[in-house]
Amino acid sequence: MAEITLVEAVTLALAHEMEADPTVVVFGEDVGVNGGVFRATAGLQQKFGDDRVLDTPLAEVMIAGMCVGMASQGMKPVAEAQFEGFMYPMVDHIVNHAARLRHRTRGRMSCPVVFRAPWGGGIHAPEHHSDSNEATWAHFPGVRTVIPSSPSRAYGLLLAAIRDPDPVVFLEPKRIYRWQREEVEDNGEELPLDVCFVLRDGTDITLVTWGAMVKETMEAALELEKSGVSAEVIDVATVAPIDMETIIESVEKTGRCVIVHEAPKHCGVGGEIAAGLAEKAIWHLKAPIKRVTGYDTIMPLYRSEMNYMPSTERIVSAANEIMEFE
Amino acid sequence: MAATIASFKVDFFQFLDQEGRLVDGVQIPALARDTKQLESLYRLMTLTRVFDKKAVALQRTGKLGTYASCLGHEAAHVAIGSAMREEDCFAPMYREYAAQFFRGVKMSDVLMYWGGDERGNDFAGPKHDFPWCVPIATQCLHAAGAALAYKLHGQPRVAVSVVGDGGSSKGDFLEAINAASAWKLPLVLVIVNNQWAISVPRAKQNTARTLAQKGIAGGLPSIQVDGNDLIASRWAMDKAIAAAREGRGASVIEMLTYRLSDHTTADDARRYRDQDEVDSAWKKEPLLRLRNYLTDQGHWDQVKEEELLSECAERVNAAVEEYQDRINNDPQPIDSMFNYMFKDLPHHLEEQREIARRFPAKGGSH
Repeated sequence: MAEITLVEAVTLALAHEMEADPTVVVFGEDVGVNGGVFRATAGLQQKFGDDRVLDTPLAEVMIAGMCVGMASQGMKPVAEAQFEGFMYPMVDHIVNHAARLRHRTRGRMSCPVVFRAPWGGGIHAPEHHSDSNEATWAHFPGVRTVIPSSPSRAYGLLLAAIRDPDPVVFLEPKRIYRWQREEVEDNGEELPLDVCFVLRDGTDITLVTWGAMVKETMEAALELEKSGVSAEVIDVATVAPIDMETIIESVEKTGRCVIVHEAPKHCGVGGEIAAGLAEKAIWHLKAPIKRVTGYDTIMPLYRSEMNYMPSTERIVSAANEIMEFE
Repeated sequence: MAATIASFKVDFFQFLDQEGRLVDGVQIPALARDTKQLESLYRLMTLTRVFDKKAVALQRTGKLGTYASCLGHEAAHVAIGSAMREEDCFAPMYREYAAQFFRGVKMSDVLMYWGGDERGNDFAGPKHDFPWCVPIATQCLHAAGAALAYKLHGQPRVAVSVVGDGGSSKGDFLEAINAASAWKLPLVLVIVNNQWAISVPRAKQNTARTLAQKGIAGGLPSIQVDGNDLIASRWAMDKAIAAAREGRGASVIEMLTYRLSDHTTADDARRYRDQDEVDSAWKKEPLLRLRNYLTDQGHWDQVKEEELLSECAERVNAAVEEYQDRINNDPQPIDSMFNYMFKDLPHHLEEQREIARRFPAKGGSH
């Protein structure tokens, strides 16, 4: 069994499902011969042909709109937006059509499509290449938003997203595309959508996060351990709909919660989680909920981007602050 | 050096003039001699007009929500629907009822939709046809996607979409042309140019001589026809669909017509256009000229016309009854708001569904 990176796990899952299901097609800019700008589709066109891996004209509206058309007629397109910042033209087709085709036709039609995109900052990319826009998608009814944070979860969750009978926005944390290697068996086993993954058990505080911030959050948990604080770490993974039960169960145990995300604070998914805890677990809280997030600013160009990104230090600091409450 | 490396022309076709006479000097399609088929198409155009008038009346009396009239577009729409096979795919905008009637959509489906009930979109027509599409021109890309699916599956099926003159300004339309050209898709894009994008007249939309030439810019064969001439419109559709089905790729047809109604019942066109223009458009309307032609051919007369009108009124009334019976006696349950969001209901929606069940709107659905 090979040790592979997160981006290689994406490729592996795509190849697996293309082999297993002839209706799966990969559809996007430079996904063919070039294998995608991050190499996520490397080798797929050579293996499956150019009628399964389609290099599209440079038009994001077209990519999303044609995916709606294909998905409604028995195909399972997996679209790639080259970067999350170029997904915005797709909003019309994702929100007005993909997300509501089943609903508005009373189940006569459906839209099993995956919209993949490299997502988030921290790789010294040019302008418009570093947004964390998961809350945008999470707000719209009718579409799931899924974010893996490790090679094995990228493999299992992408398989689940492709097999899901409804539209999924699948955001890939590009900062950790090649951060770690993990043994991933190409066994076609999917991981469940709509559930959180508890990455680390702890008893004193719950750290909730997703995507690339899992890296800093796990580092923070180790740091806290040194000062005798036992932190539980939860990877939300599916940010819409959110598995609040797992988060509530953890907070009922620890009584404290820090939510960490790279996206801006205002109307971020962290706010939704905090509100869910306030509604259902407030009597178990020993301390205020803290959010460690990106700022409500434009993502800076790369020279300053690390000033924007939540750091391990900020997470530890927030955790220590609420550890003061007994 | 300087050289012309590309130039283009747009051909215009009209076979039946506004008086209902065949024009001289062009080869007339066989359909012109097939009076039996023309009569059946005329019957559907008339049914559509009677239906349309009734739908507007229902809105005016509070029995239907906002409704988009198709008055004046009947020839274009009948040409589109009648040229398609059942296995083909139609991606309409929101007023191509005649095309949809041809494909099996019921008049009561149309009323259900504009009457605020999603079940109208679960219509009796082909289950692979797209529902009405309000976001302008997006349907062009859905049709292009369907066409790509058929092509990849090796199926001899064609996707047809309709856009207005207004919608032809949108990127979706142009991106569909581009994609259809790149992949040689089995697609027909019809611009039903009714001269008005709500209140903005054709002349203010752009200075291009035709809208068809937008197709040429993207590499597609594109023509313009008199959209009030059923014979020309149907002939153009037949040609385009045959080319698409035989693997010769997509094309664009601009059908020139006129929106004799307001944009929708929520609009009042008197605010922005002259009655003189509307009066003059009525002289070119599609039913009158086809009726004149069939009458001249000895295939139609006043008695038949009156019989047809009363038969249409009966059918429309029956559709209205079916619609009213369904919304009044078989309304959608509250659960329907939740049950079609996803194939399986996620947990958080179960919770919200419980709340909705506990707090139904006072007075129920209306």
